Amino acid sequence: MPIWGLSMSDTFFFALEAALNGLMAGVMYSLVALGFVLIYKASGIFNYAQGVMALFAALTLVGIQNGQIPFAHVINATFGTHLSTFGWTLPSFLAILLTLGVMVLFAILVERLVLRHLVNQEPIILFMATIGLAFFLEGFGDLMWGSEIKKLDVGLPQGISETIESLTEKWFGYGFFIDRLDIIAALVAAALVISLSLFSKYTKQGRALRAVADDHQAALSVGISLRFIWVLVWSIAGFVALVAGIMWGTKSGVQFSLSLIALKALPVLMLGGFTSIPGAIVGGLIIGVGEKLFEFFVGPLVGGATENWFAYVLALVFLVFRPQGLFGEKIIERV
Amino acid sequence: MSSLTHKQEIPEGGYRTPDGRIIGGVLMDLKHITLRFGGVVAIKDISFDIREGEIRAIIGPNGAGKSSMLNVISGFYVPQEGEIWFRGQKRPPLKPYQVARQGVARTFQNIALFKGMTTLDNIMTGRVTKMKSNMLEQAIWWGKAEREESEHREKVEEIIDFLEIQAIRKTPVGRLPYGLQKRVELGRALAAEPDLLLLDEPMAGMNVEEKEDMSRFILDVNDEYGTTIALIEHDMGVVMDLSDRVVVMDYGKKIGDGTPDEVRNNQAVIDAYLGVVHE
Ligand SMILES: Nc1ncnc2c1ncn2[C@@H]1O[C@H](COP(=O)(O)OP(=O)(O)OP(=O)(O)O)[C@@H](O)[C@H]1O
Ligand SMILES: [Mg+2]
Repeated sequence: MPIWGLSMSDTFFFALEAALNGLMAGVMYSLVALGFVLIYKASGIFNYAQGVMALFAALTLVGIQNGQIPFAHVINATFGTHLSTFGWTLPSFLAILLTLGVMVLFAILVERLVLRHLVNQEPIILFMATIGLAFFLEGFGDLMWGSEIKKLDVGLPQGISETIESLTEKWFGYGFFIDRLDIIAALVAAALVISLSLFSKYTKQGRALRAVADDHQAALSVGISLRFIWVLVWSIAGFVALVAGIMWGTKSGVQFSLSLIALKALPVLMLGGFTSIPGAIVGGLIIGVGEKLFEFFVGPLVGGATENWFAYVLALVFLVFRPQGLFGEKIIERV
Repeated sequence: MSSLTHKQEIPEGGYRTPDGRIIGGVLMDLKHITLRFGGVVAIKDISFDIREGEIRAIIGPNGAGKSSMLNVISGFYVPQEGEIWFRGQKRPPLKPYQVARQGVARTFQNIALFKGMTTLDNIMTGRVTKMKSNMLEQAIWWGKAEREESEHREKVEEIIDFLEIQAIRKTPVGRLPYGLQKRVELGRALAAEPDLLLLDEPMAGMNVEEKEDMSRFILDVNDEYGTTIALIEHDMGVVMDLSDRVVVMDYGKKIGDGTPDEVRNNQAVIDAYLGVVHE
């Protein structure tokens, strides 16, 4: 189907390139959706704060790495001091590790201060609580690290990969433009998913996690502490948020809009099902590829910017025909 | 496996059953337990004990408070009044998972299995508190973790053989018929190698043949592993056959306690059951 005056093969390669780029963007959506699924499966909570957690994790990482003094401008405003940094720059690895520690601490506090007091409440109440949590964390992150846009650099390669461009040029006569960061993101996401599934299959804690996700009462009866599992699953979600935060932060700077990637995770979840890890992955990829291809083929006909709404429309279509998502369990009303 | 049944002297507080088994001292002592749900008093000032190695039945009409009693023992409900003594020590209020870690396993009246998991995985998950290696150890010493894993597998296979459910090892339990689900649930409880096993209507909804199988398993668990068992059951024939001593509840109160024969001839018990229809 040669369109817009392009040759058949050019159309094919352009579309393929768009699809590949979409695949990479989809990985990001998958990552955020994964955080949602983990918490939803284990506790039935739809964690509205997942996106803000990614933002907060990225902010904290930048802050720690650059030796920023937390709450510096609050302290300065109150006491008239001029604090700003400790004057060090930490190696990325150490900074990531420390940030992970902060996310675990966050998980513990969420369990202590919020979840523990809302046991057996309606899902809608828990959902509202996570909305509150999102607003709190957003403001808290601002207070702690300041609200200006920050550059995040943990040493990930960036920019168009010349190797791929020249190789594909040689093979197909068409050089593909693929961002190296996108490739890294895809690899990291794959590693994350593999290690998560190994963890849940082969460790005692992973088994306990699956048990809780399946049946709370039964899990209790075999000696599993729900509180521990909640801390664990929020920690893992915090870790996933950190990974997503690093990737997006590196790509487009650490700023408020980072928390909005959560909005893209929503259609991913509708597609993949709220309880399925493979669903989150596949759903993210479908939406990533779908929106790029749609923009490529249909965008020019409707004046572009289809990426803003394509995902939601696709999700709506899915809601009509397969409300449980691609991989979700079939909802059968017993009568 | 300790087997009290073959020891000769009767321990303090113990007794000899008509079939010659020897029951030990008090394992769990429930003193003046009262449990309320708002205005409903589910358990009214009930006291009884469970001795080591015995099969103790709790019976009574629907809504008598039997399940509530089991839930109190397993920590799912916290009574407003009363004391629970376990292995000679007063038990502080515990969470269900803490009770489980003390060696108390249970099944549920409405079956609480991990529906998405296979039979094998369900029973394996019953051993979760027996698993020692933590994440770090498992990441570093695969060898040790593997050895542990194979020990657990062995135990699980032993239980599967014992319950004669080899054929459904790899079947997701959500797809199994009711009777088999009950059996898997028993298997999961056994996997914890409990000292005290609580069974809430293990034979409800089963046909005669399935009931006979289940009775045999319960007797064998008690006999082979010396496991103390407290069970709730509506089928009088089963109760009389299985249990050493019976507690009878009605409207939250204890109206009888003794051997099956004593209970059968207790007028209060007969009255409570008159006009009450059971399967
Ligand atoms: N979680 C709960 N909340 C409120 N009331 C409860 C709860 N659990 C039990 N009850 C009430 O306590 C009383 C005893 O219930 P329980 O389930 O212990 O009876 P049961 O003897 O097991 O009956 P059945 O033979 O029908 O299983 C009932 O009136 C019941 O409605
Ligand atoms: Mg009951």
